[in-house]
Amino acid sequence: MKRSPLVFALQLVITLLATAFLVVPAGTSILAGVTVNYFQGVRSGLTLEWVAQVWGLYAPTIFRSIALALGTLVVTLALGVPSAWALARKPGRMSRLVEEVVTLPVAIPGLALALALIIAYGGIREFRASILFILVGHVLYTLPFMLRSVMAVLAAVDVRTLEEGAASLGATPWQRFIQVVVPNARGGIIAGSLMVVTLSIGEFNLTWMLHTPLTQTLPVGLADSYASMRLEIASAYTLVFFIMIVPLLVAIQLLGGERRAAKR
Amino acid sequence: MPSADRLARLFLLPLGLFVLAFFLLPMARLVAVAGSGPNGLGEYLVLVTSPRHFSTLIATLVLSATATLATLAIGVVVALFLGRTRFPGQNILIAMLTLPLAFPGVVVGFMIILLAGRQGLIGGWTQALGMGRLVFAYSMAGLFAGYVYFSLPRVMVTLLAAVEKLDPALEEAARSLGASRVQVLRDVILPGIAPSLMASGAIAFATAMGAFGTAFTLATRIDVLAMTIYTEFTLNANIASAAALSIALGLITWLVLAATRNLAGDRVAAAG
Repeated sequence: MKRSPLVFALQLVITLLATAFLVVPAGTSILAGVTVNYFQGVRSGLTLEWVAQVWGLYAPTIFRSIALALGTLVVTLALGVPSAWALARKPGRMSRLVEEVVTLPVAIPGLALALALIIAYGGIREFRASILFILVGHVLYTLPFMLRSVMAVLAAVDVRTLEEGAASLGATPWQRFIQVVVPNARGGIIAGSLMVVTLSIGEFNLTWMLHTPLTQTLPVGLADSYASMRLEIASAYTLVFFIMIVPLLVAIQLLGGERRAAKR
Repeated sequence: MPSADRLARLFLLPLGLFVLAFFLLPMARLVAVAGSGPNGLGEYLVLVTSPRHFSTLIATLVLSATATLATLAIGVVVALFLGRTRFPGQNILIAMLTLPLAFPGVVVGFMIILLAGRQGLIGGWTQALGMGRLVFAYSMAGLFAGYVYFSLPRVMVTLLAAVEKLDPALEEAARSLGASRVQVLRDVILPGIAPSLMASGAIAFATAMGAFGTAFTLATRIDVLAMTIYTEFTLNANIASAAALSIALGLITWLVLAATRNLAGDRVAAAG
């Protein structure tokens, strides 16, 4: 269909403006993080001093976030993959209900979820002060993504037939799960894992309420640096965050593209 | 397969225990605590009986709704453009538009500060044009920009997929029957992508309602529900109010999402 040049130009301008709106601040932030003095601009020279300062100030929060994301991944894998199989093999009202309840934390604002956790378990001091408290919050919030991702793949590959085949050859249910179900669900497990790690590293709404001075994570540190540090340090810290999150995001996009291609 | 059934039950047990201990039980406690303040069960009504909280609720609803509508409007134009046109560098443009998908609310807040804050880009441009420094990051306008920033990539991904699925033949048929450009948009394109519009709009609205990180980064003075809950809990130590407001907020977002749930599209990451 032919479009009028005017409509085309208008669409192009809006698209470019939207892209600029999203990308220009991110670019500014990257640049500010390596500029000697942001007020004077790039003329003042480029430096890694701010990144070094961020490392000095916030390295523990960065490592804690990575550890937390990996811990969240381990728990969501352990809870999510077996349950996804259990729910997918008997689709019905019961499994819909379970899926619904598990998915609910995504729909509830992080503040409410965090408040509920604090009210219920804030009194148990050891638990409250440990990183496990945040881990629980992250698992609640990311588990649905793992569960759904694996269930979607299991529904697509018709794992029942494969399982029946394996059963007729004498495989026990446990063998079938490990040797048939898990390998066939690999795509969903990888996609879910990337999602879980990405979400956990960036999670703030829950974490801000759940953290203690000793259990700060990367986004908590970001909020802290935005409030109290110079613009260059805040930008350098954001740059560190980008470096961590962008490869994960690219991997998710590539995986999504691969799947779309496979569907065609 | 009776033993497979047993294995499935065994597998669901840890999940059930986890959800029971760390979600259902805490939520029940939250509901109980909200009703155990000095106002008793009246605390649940605090959102409508306290004029301050009520005006915050209205402000939050209006802000979330307008930010959602703006995001959808921009999203439709961009998705139609990118879904219909083929040009070199298109994939890079799409990647740039979807890159902020993983930015948490705090980072989005910082992006708005860089754009419209005291040393922001927009202020620099308006000053250079002799119009004085335009600074709007630390107000409702800044939060509005932040919510659009946050939701645009998510809405874009959903709408682009919907536009690519639209059958161009329908549109050509409408045109050959003499439909005008506006009529095609109104009667063919928009109904075609309506489910995705509804689903992504609902998610954008629900996220904006509950978003805390962006408001927290921009200013503690902006009166939106999430900030009120936070200040009631930490500064005023008014746990009953904070709990009641959280429940109200949770109910609103859940209702919005539940109303549009059947239209799917809910695999987009919500909060952050």
